[in-house]
Amino acid sequence: MDCLTGQLNSGMKHVQSVTKEGSVMKKIILPVILGMASLGVSAGASSAATLDDVKAKGFVQCGVSQGLPGFSNTNDAGDWTGIDVDVCRAVAAAVFGDASAVKYTPLSAKERFTALQSGEVDVLSRNTTWTMSRDTSLGLNFAGVNYYDGQGFMVRNSLGVTSALQLDGASVCTNTGTTTELNVADYFRGNNMNYEVVAFEKADEVVQAYDSGRCDVYTTDASGLYAQRLKLTNPGEHSVLPEIISKEPLGPVVRHGDDQWFDIVKWSLNAMINAEEMGVTSANVDEMRNGSNPGVKRLLGTEGAFGEAIGLSNDWAYNIIKSVGNYGEIFDANVGPDTPLGISRGVNDLWSNGGLQYAPPVR
Amino acid sequence: MAVQEPAAEVAESGRASLLYDPKIRALISQVALILLVIWLGYSMITNTISNLERQQIASGFGFLGTTSGFSIAPSLGTYIVDYAEESSYGAAFYVGLVNTLLVAFIGIILATIWGFILGVARLSNNWVIAKLSTVYIETLRNVPLLLQIFFWYFAVLRSLPNPRDSVEFGANIVLNTRGLFMPRPLPEDGMGWVGIMVLIGIVAAFLVRRWAHKRQEATGEQFPVFWTSIGLILGLPLVVFLILGLPLQWQIPELTGFNFQGGMVVIPEFMSLLLALVLYTATFIAEIVRAGILAVSHGQTEAAHALGVRSGPTLRLVVIPQALRVIIPPLTSQYLNLTKNSSLAVAIAYPDLVSVFAGTVLNQTGQAVEILLITLAVYLAISIVTSIFMNWYNARMALVER
Ligand SMILES: N[C@@H](CCC(=O)N[C@@H](CS)C(=O)NCC(=O)O)C(=O)O
Repeated sequence: MDCLTGQLNSGMKHVQSVTKEGSVMKKIILPVILGMASLGVSAGASSAATLDDVKAKGFVQCGVSQGLPGFSNTNDAGDWTGIDVDVCRAVAAAVFGDASAVKYTPLSAKERFTALQSGEVDVLSRNTTWTMSRDTSLGLNFAGVNYYDGQGFMVRNSLGVTSALQLDGASVCTNTGTTTELNVADYFRGNNMNYEVVAFEKADEVVQAYDSGRCDVYTTDASGLYAQRLKLTNPGEHSVLPEIISKEPLGPVVRHGDDQWFDIVKWSLNAMINAEEMGVTSANVDEMRNGSNPGVKRLLGTEGAFGEAIGLSNDWAYNIIKSVGNYGEIFDANVGPDTPLGISRGVNDLWSNGGLQYAPPVR
Repeated sequence: MAVQEPAAEVAESGRASLLYDPKIRALISQVALILLVIWLGYSMITNTISNLERQQIASGFGFLGTTSGFSIAPSLGTYIVDYAEESSYGAAFYVGLVNTLLVAFIGIILATIWGFILGVARLSNNWVIAKLSTVYIETLRNVPLLLQIFFWYFAVLRSLPNPRDSVEFGANIVLNTRGLFMPRPLPEDGMGWVGIMVLIGIVAAFLVRRWAHKRQEATGEQFPVFWTSIGLILGLPLVVFLILGLPLQWQIPELTGFNFQGGMVVIPEFMSLLLALVLYTATFIAEIVRAGILAVSHGQTEAAHALGVRSGPTLRLVVIPQALRVIIPPLTSQYLNLTKNSSLAVAIAYPDLVSVFAGTVLNQTGQAVEILLITLAVYLAISIVTSIFMNWYNARMALVER
C-alpha cells in the first residue's frame, strides 16, 4: 500500500506539473510555437544584448534539471542548490553583485535546448554534455566545463554482475533526448550485445521504473547514478559498475550570437577555477583583495578593468567568490566527499593537482 | 412595365458605384482577408527561416535520412519497420507512427465495446449492475488520465514477477515485468495464399449476409449468418493453411541470462497505456450511449414488446439503431480524444510518435520546427481520416426518409 500511495503521490506531482503547464503535447508544442513566434516577431531580440535584458528584469533566468541531487535540486527550504545552480548564482553575482538574483526553470533533458533557443532561459546549467552537434547545429555555445563526467551503469547487487560486458540481453532504463541514449546504443552494438532500451522523459520516472524492476540496468552520467541512487528504496542494494563508456563534459550553455553574454558566463566559471588555483576562498577574499599578489588583484578588480571589458563592474569576480565561493568550495559543498554523493575530485581536480580543471588567466 | 422601372434605376445606380454593391463589397473584404492571412503566413515563414539561419540552427528535412544511432523499445513499430540503431530518423518516425496508430486503433475498438457495455449496464433494471456501472463511470471519468496512466503503469509493474519467476500460460506464452512474451510468427512461402483466403472469406461472408437478409425479407426465414461468416473468414484460410502443410514457423522466446530473447513481446508500457486509455475513454462513451438510448422514446420499446419481440432483439434491432443517430457524432470526438490522449505515452516510455519523434528525434537533431510541423500534420491527418470515416458511417445510419 505504501508504495502505491508513493506512486500516486509522484503521479500527482506529475499531474500537477503537467496541468500547471498544460498537457504534454502543449508543453512541447507551446514553447516551440512561442519560440517560432519570437524567432519570427522579435527578429533582433536574441542577438540583442542578453545582458541588457537581464539587467532590465533584475534577475538571471536559469534552466536547471528537475531535481538531480548535488547538481540542481531543491532543498528542504525549497531553495535550489547544487554545483550547476552555483554556476547560475555566480553569473548573477557577477552581474548584480547578488547571487540570489536568479530564477530557476526546471527542464527535462528533452525540453532544455528548445527552452534556451526560444529565450525562455538566459543560461542553461543542467548537467548538459558538450558535444559537437549541440555546439554547432543547435544555435548554442558551451561556455566551459564545470564537471567532467562519463557514462556508467548501475545494477542490482543480486544480479551478480561485475562488469558491463556481462550485460548481454539486459533491459536498460534511461532518459530520452540525452547523449546517454546514443552512447548505450554504441556500447552494446560495439560489443555485440543485445539489449532493450526503455527511455523516459523524466528522470524520476526512470528511477521509479528501475526501482520496480522494469529494467536490469540504469544508465546515465556516473555522477547522475550516484545522485539518483539516493532516491531508490534501498540504495545499498545497487552498485555502479566500473566501466565508464563515454566522455561527458558537463557545462553551462548560452545562445549563439551574443558574444558578450557568452563571455560573462564563460568568465564567471573561469573566475571560480582561477580563484581556487590562487587560493582565494569566500572566507579570505576580502583579505586577499588588498594583498600583494598582482594576479589576485587583477581577478578581484583592485587592479585593471577586466570587469568593464565584459560590461560589468570591476568587482565582478570578487562578488562571485564572496557570495558563491571558488570552484573547489562549490565542488566540496555539493558533490564532494562530505556530501551524500561522496564524489572525490578525481579528474575534476585542478590541472596543477593532476586533474583537468584549467582556466585561462585573467590578464 | 411600371413595376420594372425602379429596378432598372437601381441597376443603373449600382453601375455608378460598384463599392455600394453589397456583393462586391463582400468579395473585396474576403479577398483582403485572404491576402492578409497569406502575407502573415509568408512573413512568419520567411522570418523563421532567416532567424534560424542567423542563430545557426540547422533547418530543412535532410535529417530524416541521417542515421539515428539510438534504440527504440520493442513494439509493433520496430517489428514492422525492422528498426535498429543503424536506421534513419525517418525510420524512427515510422516506428512512432505505427505505435501511435496501433494503440489508438485497438484503444478505440476496446473502448467502444466496454463503453457500450457500461452504458447499457447503467440503464439496467438490475439495481446492483446499474449502481456498479454508475460508480465506475463517475470515478474513472473524474480522475485525470495522466494519473491513471501512472497508476496502471506502476500497478502493473509492481504486480508482475521478474523474468526468472515468470508466469507461464503454456504455448510458450510468458508474462513478467519485461512484458508478455509470445512466439513470433515467421511466414514462409504459401502464407500469401492464406491471406488471400481471408479476403475471399470476408467477401463471401458479406455476400451471404446480403442473401440471407433478402431471403428473410421475402420469406421470413432466418439464417445463422454469424456462424457462417466465422466459418468462411476463419475456416477457409485454415483449410488452405493445412493443405499447404503449415507454411509458418514460430520463433519461440527463451530465457537467456537476464531476460527472454526472441519471439514477440508486448511491453508493459503498451499494456498500461492501452488499459488506461480504454478504461477512461469508455466512461465517456458509456455516457454517450446512455444518452443515446434515453433519447429513443420508451414507446418504441413498448411497441416492440407488444409485438412480442423479446428484450435482447428489441435493444439490438429497435433501440440501438435509433440511438446510434444520437450516439455517433459525439462518439467521433471521443475517438479523436483517445487518439490525441495516446500522446501521454511519453510519460511512461511507450515509444509513440510524440515520444520517439517529437521527443527523442527532436532532441537529438534540434530541428524543432520541422519535427513539430510533421507531428502536427500527422495528428491532423489521423483526426481528419477518423472524422471522414465517422461522418460516412453517420450518414449511413441517418434516418432515411421514405
Ligand atoms: N549529460 C547527458 C545526460 C543528462 C541527463 O538528462 N541526465 C538525467 C539523468 S542523471 C538527468 O539529468 N535527470 C534529471 C532531470 O531530468 O531532472 C546529456 O547532456 O545528454
